[in-house]
Amino acid sequence: MNKENSHISSYKDHLMVLSILITLTVLTVAITSIELSAFNTAAALLIATVKATIVLLYFMHLRFDQKVYLIMTVLVLALLVVVIGITVFDYIDR
Amino acid sequence: MENNHLPNYLEYRGKYKGLLGWLTTTDHKRIGLLYMYSMLTFFATGAVLGILMRLELIAPGKQLMEAQTYNALFTLHGLSMIFLFVIPGVAAVFGNFILPIIIGAKDVAFPRVNLLSWYLYIIGAIIVLTSQFMGDGPPDTGWTFYAPYSLKTQTNVVAAVLGAFVLGFSSILTGLNFITTMHRLRAPGMGWMRMPIFAWTLYATGWIQLLATPIVGITLLMIAAERLLGIGFFDPALGGDPILYQHLFWTYSHPAVYIMILPAMGVISEIIPTFSRKPIFGYTALIISSMAIAFVGYFVWGHHMFTSGMSTGSRWIFSFLSFIVALPSAVKVFNWTATLYKGSIRLQTPFWWAMGFIFVFMIGGFSGLVVGSLATDIHVHDTYFVVAHFHYIVFGGTGFAFFAAMHYWWPKIYGRVYNAKIANIGLGIFFTGFNIIYFPMFILGMQGMPRRYYDYLPQFENWNVVSTIGSWIMVTGLIIIITNLLRARKATGKIVDDPWDGPTLEWSIKSPPIVENFEEIPVVTTGPYEFK
Repeated sequence: MNKENSHISSYKDHLMVLSILITLTVLTVAITSIELSAFNTAAALLIATVKATIVLLYFMHLRFDQKVYLIMTVLVLALLVVVIGITVFDYIDR
Repeated sequence: MENNHLPNYLEYRGKYKGLLGWLTTTDHKRIGLLYMYSMLTFFATGAVLGILMRLELIAPGKQLMEAQTYNALFTLHGLSMIFLFVIPGVAAVFGNFILPIIIGAKDVAFPRVNLLSWYLYIIGAIIVLTSQFMGDGPPDTGWTFYAPYSLKTQTNVVAAVLGAFVLGFSSILTGLNFITTMHRLRAPGMGWMRMPIFAWTLYATGWIQLLATPIVGITLLMIAAERLLGIGFFDPALGGDPILYQHLFWTYSHPAVYIMILPAMGVISEIIPTFSRKPIFGYTALIISSMAIAFVGYFVWGHHMFTSGMSTGSRWIFSFLSFIVALPSAVKVFNWTATLYKGSIRLQTPFWWAMGFIFVFMIGGFSGLVVGSLATDIHVHDTYFVVAHFHYIVFGGTGFAFFAAMHYWWPKIYGRVYNAKIANIGLGIFFTGFNIIYFPMFILGMQGMPRRYYDYLPQFENWNVVSTIGSWIMVTGLIIIITNLLRARKATGKIVDDPWDGPTLEWSIKSPPIVENFEEIPVVTTGPYEFK
């Protein structure tokens, strides 16, 4: 990407993202003290997904970069979903 | 040639001379050769182990070694051949050497990362090989490290797994490098639909390397974590599921078959038009079929697990998808043979290798339909039929293409031609030996001889004797082939730039190529297979 198009995030934005990530990490630990049975794992995975999304969008610049990179990332994640889906199907169907 | 005054990549003296010059090089051609010679060393190691296994199997009962030694031997044979030879194989050697030239680039996109890939490859190889001598004895799990046995065995599994993990990084970085190179460094005028098929197959391979290899990396770490920390991922006693291991392992390791075979198909797609003097038949279909193999190949891993206890519904799906992936493979074979039709065929050594490839690959492919079909797989699963199928595809496919590529591009690499008569004799002996080793295994498998045992029932003896004799014939051929090529490097005589009248860009430059390949980056105005 050439310089004119590149996006430079401010320290304020970086600090904001960092604080959100720390808060979510604390939340991940805190939620284990609440009894949600199987949903404990689901909650941890959900929070982890939100954190990963924030990292991808802001720290890895997907939000500000050309759309093609966002599309490629989504396609790769879709591939992962299909692979996990097929594996889970085996478990459900056994 | 206008660039006569520039030193070629073999003569060039950079900051360092001699061995250090090679070990610090970032020239894609030198790195290709680093891969080639290290890979040939590991291939020779694996071949010696294979010969020893065949000697043990020449008769029932103990011949040379105990059962435990045999188990260690076939594990190391698999690890060397799969992780150190056929997976990096054609892509790391000829992808590195030829890809930048064939698309009109000076080097790969990340030359230093390219060298790092080779170092990771060597470090991984050293860890895998030293795992044989460290700890509590060589691993005996087979190259697949199947749980729960790999969790229980007292042998040195963790080191071998770590080695394979490091090798994975080498593969990922090579894939990333090649993909970026093709996106960013194609010569002016070389649109995607003007790229040679070999480049396209490397592109498809690169995506598999990028997307599938991390899965096996994680899986191998899970094995190590379970052994060291007792986490119950796969051990049923700890609440784990051994079939999950097989899912994760094959999610990578089946696409890995396409990492091996796609560049091999690319090599054949270069050789056939050159020696038929015709543009390749169905250029677009070949590209689509490469991408289709890469894509569909991602979803067929379960066909390794039909008898593992996987659900019936899943087995149906995986069997169906496995048959689907046969279609693009068949498209390729059809296009190669159609290219021959009405061609002005030159019966030279690389052409014979390509024909050998098609012959053995077809046998491997058709026998794949037998193991891909649910009903017949039950009968032949874990028998020598699978060993035969596997070797026809992996060794017959990738191995034949590797040697085909060596014979096709050797004059480009060293600027000298080899003795064609000796090369053809070597190929004839190798081809004969190959079929004598592996074809009897189909029969043994159909008769019910299980694989991975150091002993067998007396009724299997005759075909085992034939197979072992085949291994001696094949090795004789191999020695002739390799010696002939190595001797050609030093042969005195005329330096030849293009002995084949090849149509693609690498044949338009000097042999051996200069350091950055082209004095001036070429402007491409036609497709890749235009013959004058």
